[in-house]
Amino acid sequence: MFSFCTDPSTLENFQWVACYLTTGKHLNLYYAFGTVLLLLAITAPIALGFGFMGATAARSSIAPLRWLGKGYTSIVRGVPDIAFFLFFVIALDQAFEYIRHRWKCPDWTDPIRQGNDFLVCADAKLPLSNAAQWLHEVYGFSLAVLTFSIVFGAFAANVLFGAMRAVPRAQIETGEAYGMTTRQTFWRIMVPQMWVYALPGLSNLWMVLIKATPLLFLLGIEDIVYWARELGGTKTPRFTEYPHGDWRMWYFLFLLVFYLGFTKVSEVVLDRIMLRLTHGQATTGGEAQRKAA
Amino acid sequence: MEECLQTISQYALRSVGIGERMLPRTDFTLCQQFTLIGSGMIWNVYFGTLALLAGFVLAVSVAVGKTSEHMLIRKASEWFIFVFRGSPLFIQFFFAYFLFLNLKSVSSFLDPLTAAWLGALIVLFLNTAAYSGEIFYGALKSIPKGDVEAADAYGLSGMIKFRRITFPTMLRLAWPAYTNEAIFLFHATTLVYFSGFPARQQGGDALYYANYFADKTFNPFIPYPIVAGYFILLTLILIGIFGAANRHLNRHIAPEQRSRLKMRMQVIR
Repeated sequence: MFSFCTDPSTLENFQWVACYLTTGKHLNLYYAFGTVLLLLAITAPIALGFGFMGATAARSSIAPLRWLGKGYTSIVRGVPDIAFFLFFVIALDQAFEYIRHRWKCPDWTDPIRQGNDFLVCADAKLPLSNAAQWLHEVYGFSLAVLTFSIVFGAFAANVLFGAMRAVPRAQIETGEAYGMTTRQTFWRIMVPQMWVYALPGLSNLWMVLIKATPLLFLLGIEDIVYWARELGGTKTPRFTEYPHGDWRMWYFLFLLVFYLGFTKVSEVVLDRIMLRLTHGQATTGGEAQRKAA
Repeated sequence: MEECLQTISQYALRSVGIGERMLPRTDFTLCQQFTLIGSGMIWNVYFGTLALLAGFVLAVSVAVGKTSEHMLIRKASEWFIFVFRGSPLFIQFFFAYFLFLNLKSVSSFLDPLTAAWLGALIVLFLNTAAYSGEIFYGALKSIPKGDVEAADAYGLSGMIKFRRITFPTMLRLAWPAYTNEAIFLFHATTLVYFSGFPARQQGGDALYYANYFADKTFNPFIPYPIVAGYFILLTLILIGIFGAANRHLNRHIAPEQRSRLKMRMQVIR
């Protein structure tokens, strides 16, 4: 990176560290932080969407839809989530390949489950075996996003379902008295008002989502945990110009501090949002703001 | 049936190193999956129970520390809670494992720390202490003022007041949330063998074996639901035990005023 980095063995402490921290592999670690942030940025809205659909379905007057919504919200209770993460990634992968298999190779006669193997025709493989490396990575990442969205969507559905019920019944009745249809009261009265009730739960969920990001590692993504383990391990002079002992502890200390900082920043921001949302609401929080003003 | 009984006798204690060393490699039967995953549950129960019991003591101290008037004690408790609640348990496991690896060179006395049975237990213990500490702190803050005033009026103070009034009320108020915490803790034990801590001689927890089967058979639809089933069973047992304790704590209160246990959604650490 820097011009003085050509021969690391001659460098003084400070310059050595500067060079060490800008090696190609370290840049990968920094990209991995970007991956984590990208995952959060993509997953949060999708999970919120899933949650909204789940909560709406759970309130539906059509019984099968209601069962679906209720089932979705309750399935993630009672089972360790990491089991879900491990399960969904394989299950989704196989589901996609199976659908493509049925579609692309209709005249394939061999059974797909042959003993311990899951075999689909070559055209149905995802991604195709001759695809570029980045496609494999994008596919893996998308599977991870989908898995996170499904699991967190169920949590969000739980929160939103409760928030929808917390909107005072009188508000809806007033809307009905003005001649609004069910659809109109839902979109014009309930949805705008539910957020203040949902926010404590949703901010809690956001914290949990932040803390769930290291599980990307288990899904086989080269994330910060992967690179911290890679880079921290003992390096001998034979293989690198920057030999060092086992520094994994320090790398993970750095990750720990990163997560603590991220949590702290989120806390501050979410407190602000809550303050804004409670403004003018008929809740104790809103009342306190009115009195203070 | 005969065959299954034999499998059970071979593998029921496999996770703690008793019985057949060799794991099945081909032709996996349902019985093998149930037995080995169930055998792994021994570790989940071990980690969960010990961490919960030890964590309870530390949690109460941390909660009391956070209400302390002593600046130093209060700050220390606040930081302890923030560090363990603000970072992922997964990273805590990794960090602790590598920290323990480094400590190993200090003295051979510290060797067992790098083994899961002790090292991971310590992390889980500190982690649950922080989470339940926050719960107990919240309960301490919401003890009715009248209760404390009544205790003062009776001339109770210091340790006696804490033991007779503050502590039981705190427990009673915190119990529903604490029940959830206990359930999450047992769920969190599944992370142990997926973080830094190695499984010795392939003796891991329930999820470790489920993952083994899923990897070998490419079929996640059998082992993971088995794990789920075992955990739902464990959750039900926990709810039973904690529910009994809740009834005991609330025995002097009219039934309709009692705080009820409410299942909340689970939280990843």
